[in-house]
Amino acid sequence: MTRNLDINVEHLTRVEGHGNIVVNMREGKLEKAQLEIVEAPRYFEAMLKGRSFHEAAIITSRICGICSLGHQITSLKATEQALGLTVSEQTVLLRKLLIHGATIQSNILHAYFLAAPDFLKVGSVFPLVSSHPDVVVRALRMKRLANDIGEVVGGRAVHPITPVPGGFTHIPAPDELKELKRRLVEDMTPDLLATVETLKTLAGEIPVFERDTEFISLRSDDDYALYDGDICSSDTGRVADSMYREMTNEFIVPHSTSKHCRHHRSSYFVGALARWNNNHDRLCDLALQAAGALGLEPGCCNPYMNTIAQVVEAAHCTVDSIRIIDELLERGLQQEEPDQEPTRFGTGVGATEVPRGILYHEYTYDRQGRLTAANCIIPTGQNLENIDDDMKKLVPEILDRSQEEITSYLEMLVRAYDPCISCSVHMLDVDFVE
Amino acid sequence: MAAKPRVAFFDFTGCEGCELNQLNFENQLLDMLEHVDIVEWREAMDDRPGEYDIAFVEGSLSTPDCIKRINDIRRRAKVLVAVGACAVQGGINGMKNTRPIEEVREEVYGKDKYLFPTLPALPLSAVVKVDVNVRGCPMTQLEFLKVFTALVMGKQPVEPNSAVCVECKLKENECVYEKGMICLGPVTRGGCDAHCPSFGQYCTGCRGLVPEPNLKAMEEILVKHGLSVNEAWKRLHLYNSHELEGLKS
Repeated sequence: MTRNLDINVEHLTRVEGHGNIVVNMREGKLEKAQLEIVEAPRYFEAMLKGRSFHEAAIITSRICGICSLGHQITSLKATEQALGLTVSEQTVLLRKLLIHGATIQSNILHAYFLAAPDFLKVGSVFPLVSSHPDVVVRALRMKRLANDIGEVVGGRAVHPITPVPGGFTHIPAPDELKELKRRLVEDMTPDLLATVETLKTLAGEIPVFERDTEFISLRSDDDYALYDGDICSSDTGRVADSMYREMTNEFIVPHSTSKHCRHHRSSYFVGALARWNNNHDRLCDLALQAAGALGLEPGCCNPYMNTIAQVVEAAHCTVDSIRIIDELLERGLQQEEPDQEPTRFGTGVGATEVPRGILYHEYTYDRQGRLTAANCIIPTGQNLENIDDDMKKLVPEILDRSQEEITSYLEMLVRAYDPCISCSVHMLDVDFVE
Repeated sequence: MAAKPRVAFFDFTGCEGCELNQLNFENQLLDMLEHVDIVEWREAMDDRPGEYDIAFVEGSLSTPDCIKRINDIRRRAKVLVAVGACAVQGGINGMKNTRPIEEVREEVYGKDKYLFPTLPALPLSAVVKVDVNVRGCPMTQLEFLKVFTALVMGKQPVEPNSAVCVECKLKENECVYEKGMICLGPVTRGGCDAHCPSFGQYCTGCRGLVPEPNLKAMEEILVKHGLSVNEAWKRLHLYNSHELEGLKS
């Protein structure tokens, strides 16, 4: 085939942040297929240098609104390790509950508001308000409950207030948790089952495309790893989170204000599909049933199925939230003060699974408890090279389609990763050398 | 009945948390949609048409391309609303302005710094006329609803101008200073219902300074409670570098 093709999608819609898709083909030869990241650089290092450990999580949560809880928790873990602060079992349970809420809200937002319009061939969720009102009302109800977990435990869903180094500034009342549990059981669980039914009718719209790649996520012996665990590669197995630099290997490319990553192959995948492939044996029954109903198999190499893996995770997070609330209520909620007396001043690493994949923060503090070095590696940055590799394999496979169809396949591919571009251009990888 | 107002949403340099907060109006979203036509919202929809009655704009301006885009939006919008700390007062992005820009670029991108142009981070009002502010980091949801309702009804919203301390006292919270923590409530503009102090945290100053802030009086409170004036100044710069630089000159 000697086709020429010029695709240039400027400021791709229905993703967080600013990116362009560029594909050029000359006489059947693919010259370029890449996602250009054009988000304005943020220069967070200028904000962090010399700041107090009380402020680190407040500042880094502003890297991204959608991932603010993930940044905050990861930041707190890095700070606590660097300063030798301890947290109680209650704090860990409340943090895990917050992560579940943020994961449900983000995954549902993506599946219903950002990805579903593609399956239904409309430009946004808004036409669905009149064509599929029950589906939209259900999505809003699920999102509201997920956000309410953030408001009850975190004080606010976007940029939460209460999580601080060493614990929480505010502990929710037992009645507030009981009410959340009631809604998780009576509303969220049936809504999830209905979501699976809706998605089953759309399964034919998910493109069939496979590319074997490396999947990297956290892995834990105790649970479906979100809050903590070892770093696990589908190619090379498990290592401690302190080895994160060996697993990421950031590099700069001219077409992106966000740095790219690679590990064992030319690229790797992080996010719901990576977690599914590495940790499906740790999921609860409801999640496994959802996966079975939606045709999600272990070892899945179709990036478009990431959206399905997100819905499966929402089911797991719902069931596990109910379990955590039961445990908190059984233990009895303690009004405890956060531990904010450093016992050492050094370097600490935090690794957490946030909705879009594995997130790393590393901080070094001086003896005044002020930041002297910081590094954050963001899930979307880790996925960028994998997206480019997908495009290079996908375009030749769909060359018999029209330019509009090819463009639509590419847009759906990028959206399937649920990229968070604001995050990826935080540009925070600096030792502050004076 | 008159045609529904045409509303558009835009984002510049920032975290898009304010936009997310707009999508988080799950209980009100369907009612709001009945009163307006949303004609452009890149984060949520594909369409990109021409003119708007109301433009909600998030983020600060930090590249040459941002300046071009905001001028274009201003030309096409009857009412321009700045949403969130980045858009209203430069916000957290303004922190980079406190250091020489070349130094910052080199630190991050090294020899590749010329690949990516950047400018000092500016609030929208430094480049175009802003009609209404919705403050906060993230934007205060209640305030957004009030502004939205007023604009849809064709009224000019009223901006709160008293300090966070006033609202905190009305809620009968224990004073944050009494807990031995620095708090920026005395000089920060209210309208948030003292949300952070009500959840045990100090006020971080995200809503900008009150008109004619009495910074001397805040220093006196800090000294009285044995807290560091230097540290408080540093924290005040987190969201307000642009405004504080202006006060100096």
